[in-house]
Amino acid sequence: VNLQHKEEEVKTQRSESSEKPKEKEKSQFEELRSLKMGIRFILMVNKQGQTRLAQYYEWLTLEERRALEGEIVRKCLARNDQQCSFVEHRNYKIVYRRYASLFFMVGVDDDENELAILEFIHLLVETMDKHFGNVCELDIMFHLEKAHFMLEEMVMNGCIVETSKANILSPIQLMDKAH
Amino acid sequence: MNPFSSGTRLSDMIRAIRASKTAAEERAVVRKECAAIRASINENDQDYRHRDLAKLMFIHMLGYPTHFGQMECLKLIASPGFPEKRIGYLGLMLLLDERQEVLMLVTNSLKQDLNHTNQYIVGLALCALGNICSAEMARDLAPEVERLLKFRDPNIRKKAALCAIRIIRKVPDLSENFINPGAALLKEKHHGVLITGVHLCTEICSVSSEALEYFRKKCTEGLVKTLRDIANSPYSPEYDVAGITDPFLHIRLLKLLRVLGQGDADASDCMNDILAQVASKTESNKNAGNAILYECVQTIMSIEENGGLRVLAINILGKFLSNRDNNIRYVALNMLMRALTVDSQAVQRHRATILECVKDSDASIQKRALELIYLLVNENNVEPLAKELIEYLEVSEQDFKEDLTAKICSIVEKFAPEKIWYIDQMLKVLSEAGTYVKEDVWHALIVVITNAPHLHGYTVRALYRALHTSCEQETLVRVAIWCIGEYADLLVNNAGMLDLEDPITVTESDAVDVIETAIKHHTSDVTTKAMALIALLKISSRFPSCSERVKSIIGQNKGSFVLELQQRSMEFSSVIQKHQNIRSSLVERMPVLDEATFSGRRAGSLPAAVSTSGKSSLSIPNGVATAPLVDLLDLGSDDTPAPTSSGANFLQDLLGGDLMQPSAQPGMQPSQAGADILLDLLSIGTPAPVQNGSTNGDLLSMQDNNAPIASLDTISSTSPTASSSMMDLLDGFGPTPPTSEDKGPTYPSIVAFESSSLKIEFNFTKQSENPQTTDIVANFSNLSPNVYTDFLFQAAVPKFLQLHLDPASSNTLPANGSIKQTMRVTNSQHGKKPIVMRMRVGYKINGKDVLEEGQINNFPRGI
Repeated sequence: VNLQHKEEEVKTQRSESSEKPKEKEKSQFEELRSLKMGIRFILMVNKQGQTRLAQYYEWLTLEERRALEGEIVRKCLARNDQQCSFVEHRNYKIVYRRYASLFFMVGVDDDENELAILEFIHLLVETMDKHFGNVCELDIMFHLEKAHFMLEEMVMNGCIVETSKANILSPIQLMDKAH
Repeated sequence: MNPFSSGTRLSDMIRAIRASKTAAEERAVVRKECAAIRASINENDQDYRHRDLAKLMFIHMLGYPTHFGQMECLKLIASPGFPEKRIGYLGLMLLLDERQEVLMLVTNSLKQDLNHTNQYIVGLALCALGNICSAEMARDLAPEVERLLKFRDPNIRKKAALCAIRIIRKVPDLSENFINPGAALLKEKHHGVLITGVHLCTEICSVSSEALEYFRKKCTEGLVKTLRDIANSPYSPEYDVAGITDPFLHIRLLKLLRVLGQGDADASDCMNDILAQVASKTESNKNAGNAILYECVQTIMSIEENGGLRVLAINILGKFLSNRDNNIRYVALNMLMRALTVDSQAVQRHRATILECVKDSDASIQKRALELIYLLVNENNVEPLAKELIEYLEVSEQDFKEDLTAKICSIVEKFAPEKIWYIDQMLKVLSEAGTYVKEDVWHALIVVITNAPHLHGYTVRALYRALHTSCEQETLVRVAIWCIGEYADLLVNNAGMLDLEDPITVTESDAVDVIETAIKHHTSDVTTKAMALIALLKISSRFPSCSERVKSIIGQNKGSFVLELQQRSMEFSSVIQKHQNIRSSLVERMPVLDEATFSGRRAGSLPAAVSTSGKSSLSIPNGVATAPLVDLLDLGSDDTPAPTSSGANFLQDLLGGDLMQPSAQPGMQPSQAGADILLDLLSIGTPAPVQNGSTNGDLLSMQDNNAPIASLDTISSTSPTASSSMMDLLDGFGPTPPTSEDKGPTYPSIVAFESSSLKIEFNFTKQSENPQTTDIVANFSNLSPNVYTDFLFQAAVPKFLQLHLDPASSNTLPANGSIKQTMRVTNSQHGKKPIVMRMRVGYKINGKDVLEEGQINNFPRGI
């Protein structure tokens, strides 16, 4: 009986010790949220407000993402061409640009250079154009993973990595050749 | 083979989803696909893993749960082929949540791939690590990343640099290891490596001040040179955007220079020339150029003072502000906000343009401009700015009104040159957007109004006028009702006319009319209606001619389904009907509300404190210093300080709950303040302006009337929740005050007070079962040949005592006669502390006020 007790004690101790670092991890994660991290997310949405590509650089739950996307899309799609490309929403600033039937939306921190993000969206579209040849909604839908690969070459952890179209596309072209 | 696992192709699934016309159809497709994917996972089907995961990513994007696919990602990552790994890592980044167990499983695969011979696989692993790295992984894998920062292929170096940023964010202690490799990256020529290297150094500077010093000393010159080279570089097709070479790199370099220059004169000096060059030479007709200028202005504003550069920067902002492109105007407003702390004069020059932006049709620009204007307001420009903003309030969009109203109220309150201006502006706001005015704002307005006696008449008349034009603005109605209740007499007499005012004729019944309209208006809520009831009660005392009508209006609410209203109308009806003698003192004008106390209390809950001009504390007519009475302002509002907002509390407040519990002051000494509050409340010693012959008549008839006042049982039977304090107060109006019947221990009577004209004796009785409580019968004897009218005895006790005062048997003390008054004292420190009491007696001899005070210390021991 004693032995069993001891075992149980050891077990509870273990579970305690394994919980502690988790808590620490969580608080660190929350700190990270408050830290500036540049680009928070990139969305591509069609005219009907359906998401066609979503990349988040901070963790949000499924529900949070759905709600956020819904709110942003509603706000941005309601604006007209004469209005500026920036919308403040919650603690984000959304920089968006419309190309034909596709909206490109980038969520950034408050102190990010909005004009530069606008330029970045253009670079992204140009890169996709170069690869797909006049990119459209269907290209992105049916080649979702490629669109993601391109994005990964351009942005990591919310920071811009590469701005040369040739450099961005070379790994993707290599992979296409291998197939 | 499982019939599902052959499944559909990815493109077929996408087509099926696109073809679905309703959300339900889409859900059905997704459910079917998810079932197929699960089945395929269960069969451990290698061939379809790649396709399943691609499908899952699509499903995930649509917002459906995909957690069951997480283990598939790990399997794909562990497989040897590049395409499998590629999709596996992508899935990892998209589908994975913060669950540590799964992340731990991937650490090993990541480590292997970071050491892979194929550099593309190394790149994949770095990319994944940069996006999902946890603190634990950061510690485990930091050495690998450090090594890869020196890898021969630049595409690996740039990714390693971004991994390092993630690692530093997770574990700031590791930043030391990256200072030297980071500095080395700044000398690179490859743009990708350079931009990530600059980013890494910026990040390191933000976590370590030593690193910041190091970079300042060693790298500032190099960075300036790099920026110059890029700014002057000939056309390079690879990085060209609208004739500018790599604006993204420009911007990152300017950001790092800002960090290095901030707070360091030498470093700032070093970068002056290149900043001037960028600011003056960059093309401003394209977005890319403007993005650089914007960043450059920000850097100039942040680094150490250089007059010439600042002028250049402000000029650029001026140009931005007048640009026709809304994007440029938006960033200009954004930047001016930051420039405000550096050079507010320069920003003030653009005030007119900014004000125009408030009226822009674009909500984003409006918001920015309003925030900026709000910061620009000061004592000198508040009048024109407030005028403009209030005028705009009339035509602004509904969505914008709330924000605009809050800002206007705040500036008007903060910078008002004089009270009349403040009241005028607030009335305009209330009439225009009263619905958006917050509770504390109109409370503050009332505090200011009570503190401006010369404006009472003016304000109440202005409110009366406004009520006719905008009766649907709830807040306006509340303020107006309150003021009409308080200053009804001034409204009707046109008293205290100001020169600028047009005289209006308001009859007594007009005043009742507006309140009746308010109480019956469909938009009025309970608070407004409750406030209207009080106003009516007050009017009934101010205008005896309207008393009957008021009674019937109040009576209509006796059947209200809202308890609060029902109770109030019950109580008020009985006050009007049966207790005319106390009515006038009951509904006496509110004492002046102390501004300092109110703003102090408000500051506790709000960042913006109230500060109105004319801070000098005004004293009320009877010369007693104002005591904190702010709670009284809350009478009609929902946030009564008492835990329950029942009518009982309300009435208690109205009558001065302090009557029973003097305001808390530490120590044995009965608080003087408490007594003052009592005085303030009931305005003893001052003839109430409306106390005319008829009420006096009532008082006299009361005195003659020996029959007991109509039983209050009727009230208690119809309204079982009726306030106890009300009962207590009125119960005592019977000719014989209740006396204690039981035979407790007996105590000798004392002479509590004696002067040449008045003698007060106390007789004690104690209930044996409750030694803490003592009943005292006070006997007031008139020692003079004069009649004392309006006789009132007040008592205050320290905190540990509870005093309950019944009404006196009469408020007139006949010559050489006497009256009685009962009180009950509960001593919570029975046996430890003796009873002490401070008392004050006020009465009139031939209309002349007499006030006598004293402290009673000679209570018998053991009470």
